[in-house]
Amino acid sequence: MPGPPSAIAVDAAGPPRRTAPRQRARLAALAVNGLLIFGAVFTLLPLLWMISASLMPAGEALALPLRWLPSRPTLEHYAALFQRLHLGRAFLNSLFLSLAITAVSLFCNAAAGYAFAKLRFKGRDRLFAFLLATLVVPPQVGVLPLFLEIKSLGLVNSRLGVLVAGIATVFGIFLVRQFALSIPDELLDAARVDGASEMRIFVSVVLPILKPILVTLGVFTFLAAWNDFMWPLVVLTDEAKQTLPVALANLSGEHVQDTELMMAGAVITVLPVLLLFFALQKHYVEGILLGSVKE
Amino acid sequence: MSAPRTVGGSSAEARAAWWLLSPALLAIGLFFAVPLVAALFLSLTDFDLYGIADLGTVRFVGLGNYTDLLADPRFWRAVKNTLVFAILGGPLTIVAALFGAVLVDSKLARWKGFFRTVYYAPVVTTLVAAAVVWRAFLHPTFGPVNRILSAVGIPGVDWLGNPRWATLAIVSLSVWRTFGYCLVIFVAGLQSIPTSLYEAARLEGAGTWRLTMDITLPLLKPTTFFVAVITSVGLFQIFAEPYVITRGGPLEATTSLALMMYEQGFRWWSLGRAAAIAFLLFVLILAASAIQLAIRRLRPEEG
Repeated sequence: MPGPPSAIAVDAAGPPRRTAPRQRARLAALAVNGLLIFGAVFTLLPLLWMISASLMPAGEALALPLRWLPSRPTLEHYAALFQRLHLGRAFLNSLFLSLAITAVSLFCNAAAGYAFAKLRFKGRDRLFAFLLATLVVPPQVGVLPLFLEIKSLGLVNSRLGVLVAGIATVFGIFLVRQFALSIPDELLDAARVDGASEMRIFVSVVLPILKPILVTLGVFTFLAAWNDFMWPLVVLTDEAKQTLPVALANLSGEHVQDTELMMAGAVITVLPVLLLFFALQKHYVEGILLGSVKE
Repeated sequence: MSAPRTVGGSSAEARAAWWLLSPALLAIGLFFAVPLVAALFLSLTDFDLYGIADLGTVRFVGLGNYTDLLADPRFWRAVKNTLVFAILGGPLTIVAALFGAVLVDSKLARWKGFFRTVYYAPVVTTLVAAAVVWRAFLHPTFGPVNRILSAVGIPGVDWLGNPRWATLAIVSLSVWRTFGYCLVIFVAGLQSIPTSLYEAARLEGAGTWRLTMDITLPLLKPTTFFVAVITSVGLFQIFAEPYVITRGGPLEATTSLALMMYEQGFRWWSLGRAAAIAFLLFVLILAASAIQLAIRRLRPEEG
C-alpha cells in the first residue's frame, strides 16, 4: 500500500529554492498542525454532536434547519431515562459487573502471570505457548456451548453467568508476565533465604512491584467489561439485570424516533469510560504498547 | 547464593506455581477450552430448540451443517459481506492511522498529547452507543452528514437504506473507532526508528519523500503487519455495528458472519448450525492471517 505522503513532505515538496527556509518551515508547521486539527474535529464531531443533541428539546436534533447547539439546553431526556426508562438501574448493573470482573480477573491474571514469569516448574514454557496459541481463536466460537454450560449450571440470567466468562484472560496473563519478567531473581531468592513462603513472597514482594501493570490491566479490563455487548446480551434475559449497552440497544429499537433521548442514553453509556480513560490514559497507552510487543 | 538451583526449581516453588496458576487455568479451562471443544461437537449435531428442552432429541449429523451452509446462498452472502468489511475497512484504518501517526510524531506538531488523546477517544467509547449516534448522524433527510454534504453541493445518500451505502456506514464506524489504536502503535513504531538513519540519509541529499519511502515505510513493516492482522481479525468478527445500525439489512447486505451466527444461534436456536458458522469464521480468520503472513514473507527486503 503506498504510504501517504507524510506531512513533513510539505517542506521538501519542491526542489531546494531560494525561499527563506524559515518561512518554509513555518508553512510546514502550519500544514502539519492544520491537518491535525482537521483530523481532531473529524474525530470529535460525532461525540460533540451526541452531547449537544442530548441537551436539545425533543425533535430539535433532526429538524430543519440543522442545529449544532440546543436552542434551550434541557436535561429532560436524562430525567426521562433515569426516572421512566430505568437506565439508572442498567448503569448500576454495568458498574457492579465491570468492577467485579476487574477485581476477580486482576487477581487471577496477576497470580498466573507471575507464576509464568518467575517460578520454575515442569512444562511451564510449553503451557504458556499453548495458552498464547489460543489467542487466535475468535471468542464467538465458544459462545454457544458456553451458553449451554451456563444454562446447565443454572446461571442464565444471573450476573455470575456474565462474570465467569471474564475470570481470567490469556491477554491479561501475558501482560502481567511481560512485566513480571523484569523482577530480579535475587530479590525473590533473598526473600526465600529469609524464610518467606512462596505465597507470602507473592503477596508482599511481588504484588507491590506489579502495581503499575495492574493499574493498566485494570483500566483495560474495566473498559472491556463495560463495553462488552454480545455476552451480556445473551446471558441476561431479565430487563432488570441488563447492562447499559444492552439496555441502550433495546431502547434504540423502541425509540428510533426519539433522537435526543437516544443521544442522552449514549452519553450516559459513554461518559464513564471516556472519563476513566482521560484520567488514566498514561497507564492505558503503556498497556497497549506492552501488549503489542513483537517477540 | 548457596541453594543449588535445579532446572525445575524447588518443589515448594513448583507447588506454589500451580497454586497461583490454578484459578486462572481452571477458569480458562472450564469457560474457554471446554466450550471450544464442545463447539466442535455441537457443530456436528442438529442441536436446536428441542435439544435445549431435551438432550435426547439431539442427533449426530456429521458434516451436515457444514455442507448445508456451503450450499446456502445466505451463508455466502454473509461471507462476502464480512470480506467486504475487512477489505474496505482494513486498508482505510491503516492508512488513516499511519497518516495520523506521522503527523502526531512530526517534529512540527504541537499539543501532541492532546491530539493523541483525541484520536484515541473513539477506541474506548462503547460500540453500541457509537452505533446509536451513527444511526442518527447518518439519517437520510435530517442527519448532519447529509446536511453537510448538501451544504457543499454533494447530494446526500440513503446511508442506511441502500445496501452499498449501509456497508460504507458500518465500515466508517469501524474505522472511526479503531484507527486511534493503530495510530498509537504506529507512533511507537516510528519512534523506534533511529534518527541517525534519517540524518545520514539527509546528508546524502535524500528528500523527505525518499526518507519516507526508503526508511520509514520499510522499517515500519513489522508494525504494519501487526496492525493489519489485528485490524482484520477485528473486522472479521464485526457484530455490534450491524446489529445496532442496520440489523443486518437492507436485504441482508450488512449481515456479517458473526451476526448470522448470533441470529442462527440465539434467535432461532439452531445451535448446531450456528456452531458450524463460528468454525467457518475461525477458518476464514486463520486463512486471512496466513495470507498476510505469506505476503509479508514474500518481500525479500524484509530480513
